[in-house]
Amino acid sequence: MKIAITSIGQQLSDRHDPRFGRCDYFLIYDSEKGLQKAIRNKGQDASGGAGIAAAQQIVDEKVHVVLTGNMGPNAFNLMKEAGIKVYQCNAASCAEALELYQNEKLTELTQPGPSHHGMN
Amino acid sequence: MNIAILSGKGGTGKTTVAVNLAQILQANYIDCDVEEPNGFIFLKPTVQKSEQVKVKYPVIDKDRCNLCGKCVQVCQFNALFNSGKGILTLEKLCHSCEACGIVCKEEAIQFADREIGSIEEGQSANLKCFRGILNVGEPMAVPVIKQLLAAAPAGLNLLDCPPGTSCNAVSALQYADAAVLVTEPSVFGFHDLKMAIKLVQGFNLPFGIVLNKWSPEGSSYKEYLDKENIKILGFIPNTREIAEEYSKGNTLNEIPEINKVFSDIAREITEVFKCN
Ligand code: SF4
Ligand code: SF4
Repeated sequence: MKIAITSIGQQLSDRHDPRFGRCDYFLIYDSEKGLQKAIRNKGQDASGGAGIAAAQQIVDEKVHVVLTGNMGPNAFNLMKEAGIKVYQCNAASCAEALELYQNEKLTELTQPGPSHHGMN
Repeated sequence: MNIAILSGKGGTGKTTVAVNLAQILQANYIDCDVEEPNGFIFLKPTVQKSEQVKVKYPVIDKDRCNLCGKCVQVCQFNALFNSGKGILTLEKLCHSCEACGIVCKEEAIQFADREIGSIEEGQSANLKCFRGILNVGEPMAVPVIKQLLAAAPAGLNLLDCPPGTSCNAVSALQYADAAVLVTEPSVFGFHDLKMAIKLVQGFNLPFGIVLNKWSPEGSSYKEYLDKENIKILGFIPNTREIAEEYSKGNTLNEIPEINKVFSDIAREITEVFKCN
């Protein structure tokens, strides 16, 4: 199973980024093979629709689960549409986020956070 | 001739200046502040005509689409999303560029129209009044502003522009032949005024300044403008009477002293911009 963690760096030891659409990197972690790669979030460069650009990358990576702080309504609905589960997480590091998830300490996000661009 | 009434930011009295000048100059009033058009509150026109503003958006034919994702890649605005099961359109992000339709080799994309706002035309005494209205929740004002100003009548038009130096203000300015910048003496007002000055200079438009809520404390504004050789069209005093009439939704030309202030500004405008 593949897990994406929003991160400010490219390592598991880096700080977990609470933002989804505007996070720096997604760490792609495979529950069998460990950390696969860090991909730069294209949503960072988007003038609009950052959450959608980010969501598209997550889908393209065939991820099953996302660990992040919060998610706007557009991205949230797209994740639902694509059948990807989103878990809300306030961990300090990405490694800690992963550990909390693996120990079933995180709750699934059931509704989106506020929209950033007045679009919902 | 189109004269844009601009402000560095919201709340500087731009609409007050625009509606009162329209009355004195007997100009057509056009409210381009489509996110918050409130000039009609003061001019109270009877609306005679209304037309929809529509934009195009892609509609995906699921039977033809093979989920190749080319449309998603080409969209600069992240308005398309490939869930792996289908292509979803985020209509509000779509800029109607139609690039997705061009790259789709399966002919799976058709374009349909959706309404994002409207344009109204009305009459207040002998003034023609127009306004654009952007529907609540719609993020893109530019198509409404364009349709409004493309249909502007001949003669002297005052364009009550969107506040600030946003792309909405820029799109209204593209139709302007001259500009009046309304500002009020406060620190924030000053910074925003400089930005607005840069903007109109960039468009090479003749322009002048109206200093609203004027009191002698604002003299540093006057010094700056004099030093830069920028034309001051007039000063509107900071009085309680103005605030009261404004809050009642009245224009100010019934107050004799204020009527004189606006008449002086109108005369300056006619001279400086050489309109009728
Ligand atoms: S380009 Fe055409 S065929 Fe390809 S995903 Fe988009 S709509 Fe479907
Ligand atoms: S018309 Fe342009 S902006 Fe709209 S979805 Fe297609 S490519 Fe994106």
